[in-house]
Amino acid sequence: MAKLEAKIPAGPLAEKWTNYKDHQKLVNPANKRRLDVIVVGTGLAGASAAASLGELGFNVLNFCIQDSPRRAHSIAAQGGINAAKNYQNDGDSVYRLFYDTIKGGDYRAREANVYRLAEVSNSIIDQCVAQGVPFAREYGGLLDNRSFGGAQVSRTFYAKGQTGQQLLLGAYSALSRQVEKGSVKLFTRYEMLDLVVIDGRARGIIARNLATGKIERFAAHAVVIGSGGYGNTFFLSTNAMNSNGSAAIQCYRKGALFANPAFAQIHPTCIPVHGEFQSKLTLMSESLRNDGRIWVPEKLKDAKAIQAGTLKPTDIPEEDRDYYLERRYPAFGNLVPRDVASRAAKERCDAGFGVNNTGLAVYLDFSAAIQRLGLKTVEARYGNLFQMYEKITDENPYKTPMMIFPAIHYTMGGLWVDYELMTTVQGCFAIGEANFSDHGANRLGASALMQGLADGYFVLPYTIQNYLSDQIGVPRFSVERPEFEAAEQAVESKIAKLMSIQGSRSVDTFHKALGHIMWNNVGMARTKESLETALKEILQLRKEFWADVFIPGEPNTLNTELEKALRVADFFDIGELMALDGLNRNESCGGHFREEYQTPEGEALRDDEKYAYASCWQFAGDGNEPELIKEPLDYEFVQRQQRNYKS
Amino acid sequence: MDKEINVKVRVWRQQGPKAKGHFETYKLEKISGGTSFLEMLDILNEQLIRDKKEPVVFDNDCREGICGMCSLYINGHPHGPDDLITTCQLHMRHFKNGQTITVEPWRSAAFPVVRDLMVDRQAFDKIIQAGGYVNVNTGGVPDANAMPISKLDADEAMDAASCIGCGACVAACKNGSAMLFVSAKVSQLALLPQGKVEAKARARAMVKRMDELGFGNCTNTRACELECPKGVSISNIARMNRSYLGAKLSE
Repeated sequence: MAKLEAKIPAGPLAEKWTNYKDHQKLVNPANKRRLDVIVVGTGLAGASAAASLGELGFNVLNFCIQDSPRRAHSIAAQGGINAAKNYQNDGDSVYRLFYDTIKGGDYRAREANVYRLAEVSNSIIDQCVAQGVPFAREYGGLLDNRSFGGAQVSRTFYAKGQTGQQLLLGAYSALSRQVEKGSVKLFTRYEMLDLVVIDGRARGIIARNLATGKIERFAAHAVVIGSGGYGNTFFLSTNAMNSNGSAAIQCYRKGALFANPAFAQIHPTCIPVHGEFQSKLTLMSESLRNDGRIWVPEKLKDAKAIQAGTLKPTDIPEEDRDYYLERRYPAFGNLVPRDVASRAAKERCDAGFGVNNTGLAVYLDFSAAIQRLGLKTVEARYGNLFQMYEKITDENPYKTPMMIFPAIHYTMGGLWVDYELMTTVQGCFAIGEANFSDHGANRLGASALMQGLADGYFVLPYTIQNYLSDQIGVPRFSVERPEFEAAEQAVESKIAKLMSIQGSRSVDTFHKALGHIMWNNVGMARTKESLETALKEILQLRKEFWADVFIPGEPNTLNTELEKALRVADFFDIGELMALDGLNRNESCGGHFREEYQTPEGEALRDDEKYAYASCWQFAGDGNEPELIKEPLDYEFVQRQQRNYKS
Repeated sequence: MDKEINVKVRVWRQQGPKAKGHFETYKLEKISGGTSFLEMLDILNEQLIRDKKEPVVFDNDCREGICGMCSLYINGHPHGPDDLITTCQLHMRHFKNGQTITVEPWRSAAFPVVRDLMVDRQAFDKIIQAGGYVNVNTGGVPDANAMPISKLDADEAMDAASCIGCGACVAACKNGSAMLFVSAKVSQLALLPQGKVEAKARARAMVKRMDELGFGNCTNTRACELECPKGVSISNIARMNRSYLGAKLSE
């Protein structure tokens, strides 16, 4: 493959997006009606894109795997959404949001994309308020803000601890409005199983109706992937049970490049694992770090006593507590970015200072906040999160500190896209978490909601027109074409093969085994050896899977085990890509921490000389190592520095 | 460590929407109290698969109480015996050793069973499609702080908006009414200036659609409010009735 063309518009950073919009090609209203767009996913990105494209007059087919578009996993985002409104008069600006995001991403994101993200962030807040999203307000009636990691301003808008829910319901309502108008057709309980490419362009998908098991074909002039991230490769993550990377991996197998797969975010504040039947990990919002203080015992003997259950955290006097984030990072304290906070927790636990009976937890303590602000204020800010914590752990966080531990949460890597959010397959776009574009090697808190809605409301509805404008003469494709026939056949035979194995182990046992490989070798700290081990073990596990998995029931009806098997088969591919990418990147940056590359203080040590690029992987057939293609990240406007949250 | 219990689970099995359903009872041993209810069902399914049987089908996704996907009727209560939680947030520490736990799907004419414990709740989407939104397109809207909104109204709108669309209210209601669901959305939007403009037309359209879809009438038994995992208040129903009746009078 030739050089990657990111199509960054010329001109000064602050003018690129305006220039682009001024000169891009548009599609006139009469022609929009003749153009079909498939949108896969109904999360913040998918629902906002489907709704906005429907409003413009395109004919949209929108798919989701849940029983309703309102259930996409964006709904679980708790803390908030960033925007550069500067309503607090604390020095925020579009440039500062851009800069914080670039720096937070450890200088591994594309400047022009990130600037555009910061630029449209303000419109998102306006849009959501107009939809009736009940953001938190001050007594004067204006919008309230809180602080999130990696920023020194308060730019995060929120709706209690349910910001993702409220934003998604806003997008869902806009989507529902278009469904009623007939511009969007909704397909719930459908899962995309393949991308159909005709003459080098994305022209449709093959999807399985999950309620009936029927394999169906859908044609369109363009396909938009908004299917989220691949964190569930780790089995235990904060993702929803059904979140998966299959739609993205099908596009990869059809020629779309997969960029920076190793960049996965480990969230520092999750409820620790309790046992072997644990099915998922629950996140405690980053917003808690506004007022909660993170600590472990300073004395090893105290830590041991807590692990043995003979000492309570409330028995440890103030002077014997190690507020290690405040100690190590005085400037940002408990609000350092997620990658930094996660690694610091691991460092303390590895050194033996962890709490819980496993020694794999740290405290998040609100006693100082309760003293300072009063119980009522703390309850008003975090009440629903405290309730959630208590329901799960049976402990009252108003009285005893929460216990938290890092867990896989978000994947910065994803389908490679150019400035127009188009993948390397013409007409196949990727939005939201499914693409790689805006967060570099680490995403800042409250920026996922921002990016999902930016892509869906304000970027894709423009950029897709630049592609569709020369498609107006292309008639609708028949799903009887041989390309559809072949794609459906491939899906059918894959399913037939899976069903025919009739082995001895459930899909979940394989998924859990994969999760262990990933967490132990491709997790918070990676080495050359661990990554090589992962590659070896995944290869072996995949072999066992294809020889010994047992899927009960029939394929041509509802079959939840078959659904899981198809996803796990793809998680093997993703796990391999992650390990391979991690192995290639001989540096530490953001969420990718290679133990061999760290500063004497244990901070991530980047190598800008050699690795200032996005690593993009091209599928080379089953069993072959994918080809690495580099997109250089030449910074024109920002000077790369060692990330500093200390002073 | 959590204590471990042995339980019998009596589960509704139904092959498809038209098939006849029945209860089957399974024994589970050494379930720790920290196991969530759905993880207990995972353990049951792992057992069934080991015995080459088909697992029990149930809807679930986020497993942190917000997506609204899980929908089990446990020992006569939607989302089980504990208050203010969804099924996925229920833990086995709420059950006794030796207890029999009966698990059924939502039962409502408007929510047909798909398989076992999984039901079809598209009727809720159709109600929202009838008018559960503010009629604005993307772009061209005023600055978010252009219109101050009283904190009390914003907070009350947020309380109504916390509905997760799970359908527990319908399952709890002897009439199978969706009034709590409908009134929560109507209230959220009517409390905010952005939604007030169309408040009457919205209430009318949503209630009309609700009636068409086979939901029952509200007789104020309050069962919905008591079982709502998010504590959505029936005062929303009263508010909607005022607004809806007002809409009828001004027709």
